[in-house]
Amino acid sequence: MEAIKTKIEVTEKERLPVVSEREAVFEARDLAVYYGDQRAIDGVNLDIYQRLITAIIGPSGCGKSTFLRTLNRMNDLVPAARLTGQLRYRGIDLYGPGVDAVEVRRRVGMVFQKPNPFHSSIYDNVAYGLRILGMKKDLDERVEKALRAAALWDEVKDRLKDSALGLSGGQQQRLCIARAIAVEPEVVLFDEPASALDPISTSAIEDLMHELKRDYTLVIVTHNMQQAARVADMTAFFGLDVSPDGNRQGVLVEYDETEKIFTNPSDKRTEGYVTGRFG
Amino acid sequence: MNEPAFTLKATGRLRRRQLVNQGMGALAAGAALLAVAVLAIVVISVGSRGAGSLNLAFFTQNQAQGFNPKGGGVLFAIVGSVVLVGIATLIALPLGVLVAVYVSELAPPRLARVARMALDISNGIPTIVIGIFVFTILVAAHGQSALAGSIALAIIMLPLIARATEEVLLLVPSSQREASLALGVSRWRTTVQVVIPSALGGILTGTTLAIARVAGETAPLLFLTSLGTSSTADANPLHPLQSLTLVIFSYSDQADPAYQSKAWAAAFTLMCFVLVTSLAAKLALARYRKKLGG
Repeated sequence: MEAIKTKIEVTEKERLPVVSEREAVFEARDLAVYYGDQRAIDGVNLDIYQRLITAIIGPSGCGKSTFLRTLNRMNDLVPAARLTGQLRYRGIDLYGPGVDAVEVRRRVGMVFQKPNPFHSSIYDNVAYGLRILGMKKDLDERVEKALRAAALWDEVKDRLKDSALGLSGGQQQRLCIARAIAVEPEVVLFDEPASALDPISTSAIEDLMHELKRDYTLVIVTHNMQQAARVADMTAFFGLDVSPDGNRQGVLVEYDETEKIFTNPSDKRTEGYVTGRFG
Repeated sequence: MNEPAFTLKATGRLRRRQLVNQGMGALAAGAALLAVAVLAIVVISVGSRGAGSLNLAFFTQNQAQGFNPKGGGVLFAIVGSVVLVGIATLIALPLGVLVAVYVSELAPPRLARVARMALDISNGIPTIVIGIFVFTILVAAHGQSALAGSIALAIIMLPLIARATEEVLLLVPSSQREASLALGVSRWRTTVQVVIPSALGGILTGTTLAIARVAGETAPLLFLTSLGTSSTADANPLHPLQSLTLVIFSYSDQADPAYQSKAWAAAFTLMCFVLVTSLAAKLALARYRKKLGG
């Protein structure tokens, strides 16, 4: 009996550069991450390319967020987290000796699942990173530029001194994006950025990601397959694997152009997931 | 209609259990009432006994020289108390906040547990022991001074402020820290710029409670400052100074009822200060918790 397939529309995007023209920003080689004795992801080999949007999809607990948080060393904050294998950022071993996590995070920004503006004014939220990182020249212009890039300027330009907590959830999330891009990172990571937002705000964030792609490399973790199909150029599907010792870990099942993942996946598990038969 | 073969009314054993239940409830309520009553009785009795001496001169004049139980006030005892507690706060507040920052933000979990336990234990050290300790290392060699007293009070305040601060630092959501760290801001800058400002209300409240607590300390001050000092007007912390608690201690020992009345008045003044500051701090903390939670 033929399973009923739910077809996911893959949004037309500008032509992807051919494989040889793509420039890898991150290169994960046999990457495994542990929390204490628990292996969260294992054997991940994956290249993330410059100025493309890469989506990471997969069922809950498959290590999507864990992988994302290794990219800017946010996992360093978890005391028991450790990592084997290699993760290179523009050729440099991200976990090599002498690499400072603070410097890594300056170059690789992050937007979180729940909007987390500081309890200060809209202006100060965006200016915060700029002030501390010494980018104080033309502060007003930089704040405006970031807010414009985050498609928020027109909504807040008359109330920059108001508390950021007075904004709607969608506006707060765009403020967090403005805050992240104000300090001019090279990569922006999105950890389920729209899962706490309504459909209209989600759509605004997705449009924004298309705009940001011109200047930034974007990586997005999402539960929402339609979202991955709409925004991503490349899609990585993570699945759950139970090893002989009983450890449940996330593994990279398939990584390809989004079109391919959603229309003609090579792996049965990917096909099962994107057609809604499991996960 | 048939009469049911059972009753839902309490009978026999159940009746007895019900009586016990009511009795114990009343006992607990009585105990709670007693605790509140003790506070009320203390405030009223101290107030009524000191009322006779509570006049303008009591707050604006220095202690009378020689045997003159009717004249003079306790101005410089109040000044001395303010100096003692003020210097103690200046020492204990920054140190206490730093300790709290270490325990809640920087220390590995195991060390944090050890540090937290050490703070709780030092919280329980009898204050007279702290007084003796400071006496042996400072006063024995350098003589009595208000500074020595302040240091003893600071030692008492430090764990109070550190624990109170740590608790409010833990209330600051981790998403706020992550937001800052993800921008490439260091741990310390994140703490100073994001975490401490969010917790400021709670830190100030904890400090106020610690101030209220040490303002009433007498034991650690007995042999550090002011006992037996002349009643000259003085506010230099390097000298032994008078304090309200020591005025209460020495005046209450006097035979003349005029002195005793002054001791009651000083006690009432101190108690009002402590009651008002603790109450204000608790109210502020409740409001602040609500704000942070919402």
